[in-house]
Amino acid sequence: MDVMPKWAEVILVPLISLLLAAVISALVILAIGEDPVAAAKLMVTGALGSTYGWGYTLYYATNFMFTGLAVSIAFHARLFNIGGEGQAALGGLGVALACLYIPWPHWSLALVGAAVAAGLFGAAWAAMPAYLQARRGSHIVITTIMFNFIAASLLNYVLVNLLRPKGSMDPASARFPDAVHLPTLHELLAPLGIAFSKSAPANVSLLVAVAACVFLWFLIWRTRLGYEIRSFGHSESAAKYAGMPPFKIIMVTMLISGALAGMMAINNVMGEAERLVLNSVEGAGFIGIAVALMGRSHPLGVFIAAILFGFLYQGGAELALWTAIPRELIVVIQALVILFTGALDNMVRMPLERMFLALRMRKEV
Amino acid sequence: MDFLTLIQLLDSAVRLATPLLLACLAGLYSERAGIFDIGLEGKMLAAAFFSAAIAALTGSVWIGLLAGIAASLALSAIHGVASITFRGNQLISGVAINFLAAGLTVLIAQSWFKQGGRTPSLIGNARFEPITLPFAEALQNVPVLGPIYYELISGHSILVYIAFAAVPFTWWLLFRTRFGLRLRAVGENPAAVDTAGVSVVGLRFAAVGICGILCGIAGAYLSTALQAGFVKDMAAGRGFIALAALIFAKWRPWYALYACLLFGLFGALETRPDVIENLIGVKVQIQLLAALPYLMTVIILAGFVGKAIPPRAGGEPYVKER
Repeated sequence: MDVMPKWAEVILVPLISLLLAAVISALVILAIGEDPVAAAKLMVTGALGSTYGWGYTLYYATNFMFTGLAVSIAFHARLFNIGGEGQAALGGLGVALACLYIPWPHWSLALVGAAVAAGLFGAAWAAMPAYLQARRGSHIVITTIMFNFIAASLLNYVLVNLLRPKGSMDPASARFPDAVHLPTLHELLAPLGIAFSKSAPANVSLLVAVAACVFLWFLIWRTRLGYEIRSFGHSESAAKYAGMPPFKIIMVTMLISGALAGMMAINNVMGEAERLVLNSVEGAGFIGIAVALMGRSHPLGVFIAAILFGFLYQGGAELALWTAIPRELIVVIQALVILFTGALDNMVRMPLERMFLALRMRKEV
Repeated sequence: MDFLTLIQLLDSAVRLATPLLLACLAGLYSERAGIFDIGLEGKMLAAAFFSAAIAALTGSVWIGLLAGIAASLALSAIHGVASITFRGNQLISGVAINFLAAGLTVLIAQSWFKQGGRTPSLIGNARFEPITLPFAEALQNVPVLGPIYYELISGHSILVYIAFAAVPFTWWLLFRTRFGLRLRAVGENPAAVDTAGVSVVGLRFAAVGICGILCGIAGAYLSTALQAGFVKDMAAGRGFIALAALIFAKWRPWYALYACLLFGLFGALETRPDVIENLIGVKVQIQLLAALPYLMTVIILAGFVGKAIPPRAGGEPYVKER
């Protein structure tokens, strides 16, 4: 029997971890001589106080949903995919090739085509580390880290030598044609009579990300494959004994994970930049780790955590704009969230478990 | 390629290999004791900032070095508490440490110096200066050996010599002392060490501590010897190349030296692509050179060229039997 009730496990533990991270972040802001309360207010108004702010918050959240889901499904099979960064970069390459070289008649078809290309490229980039883990036993964390760096070099090469238009000094691809322009939330909501900021980059990929959350929930808890993935994550030997082949589970899980990370590119490359630039992922692959940890690898948790991190990102940008607090504050907060919800999980959990145990003992007496 | 170019190339390879070597040996202690450490990068970065910042404020590079080591040790302590005391996931803890260092260094640098996340340039005693070894000037004109001694062996900062001396020392400590035997045992079979009445937790903390000290020296070298001051994100993936070198060396000290020198040479060649072109007649993309350490590590990991087997208890928290 579990020591803690389910609500404590699902809500209380992450909340306390989050609170700890917030308190330390506030102390950090104090230590550099700024006012944490004013900073928090500025972040809230900057990120949530206008449709412009919401547009950016949701744009970032879309990225983090994809990468958070990618890390989550791997976590379910007890695999740590730290390579979301590289897989998303490759996804960007897939989107760029699909948008530049296929004459799409309409954005909706282009979105499907680009998403497939992004998913395939991302999955391909995850396939090699997955194969090495499944067949050769090389640690997937190390190989995915290496593949992040290899991806960075590869994209640098492709952008500088192959995709860069003649005469351009910028290491970036040409602009995508107008036909593949994805409608922004402004364009989507205007027919419904809802006014939304014109210049915010949130776009239709947000809906794709939400659909991906639902899809992943269905996959993990309502299909045979999901059952196999979870069994494998709980006990590899038990899964093997029940006739579930580890090779297949590792490969399929990592391919789905890579595809999800890669599909992030429909948001940042196709939806926002509308061309492929160097370092287009901007660390979103790593934020996926924090998002997955905070969301307890549950799609709904990932959805909420992604919006929270979207808020932090947009709020942090506003802070950097209006105060002397640099953008790197978000990196610190992100680190603290990973530390408390991930590595120091037991520090929060152990005293709580003791508390609930004591409560129950008293009840029984 | 003429002789002098070769010497210059090797000289810069040694310079670039030094931080890799220190970080690689740092990881070696930690991983041999069963604690995975992907936070080498973060520890180096924190040390690079604090050593440059304190050196700039006090004017003494030695106090700076101590501050750098202290910063790195503080992060090591977090890693130790998370992965040994609370038996958390060592990889996740490493990731957190990397981000913590990346964010805090810029935040504090901006707050202290207001120069866009960098420290002021270090001059004079606030920096490790090159040391000229005895007779280097006198022997400079001796053919072949003279330039090798003068250009390649002499004229580095003290930290370079410390790094190279750390290789035989590490070998001796790990393979010729009781402490080393126990440290390696705790990475292979902690239960056996526990049964023998030796503290698993103590040994693992010691290993993580040594790792912190070495990462501290590596970081200090970056900002006070290789360059004169800290700039944002100056570790630039070196912690991960060191990790690659560690796997490449299969967790052995002497091989770590060779791996780091090789990866240092790649780094040196990245700045001189013309040399390779003259040498093999083919233009090699610099991006390929940048990716080579990682590619080679993946090939090693794949087991196509020898098999890299990590310490058996690596990454597993130890739970005492009751």
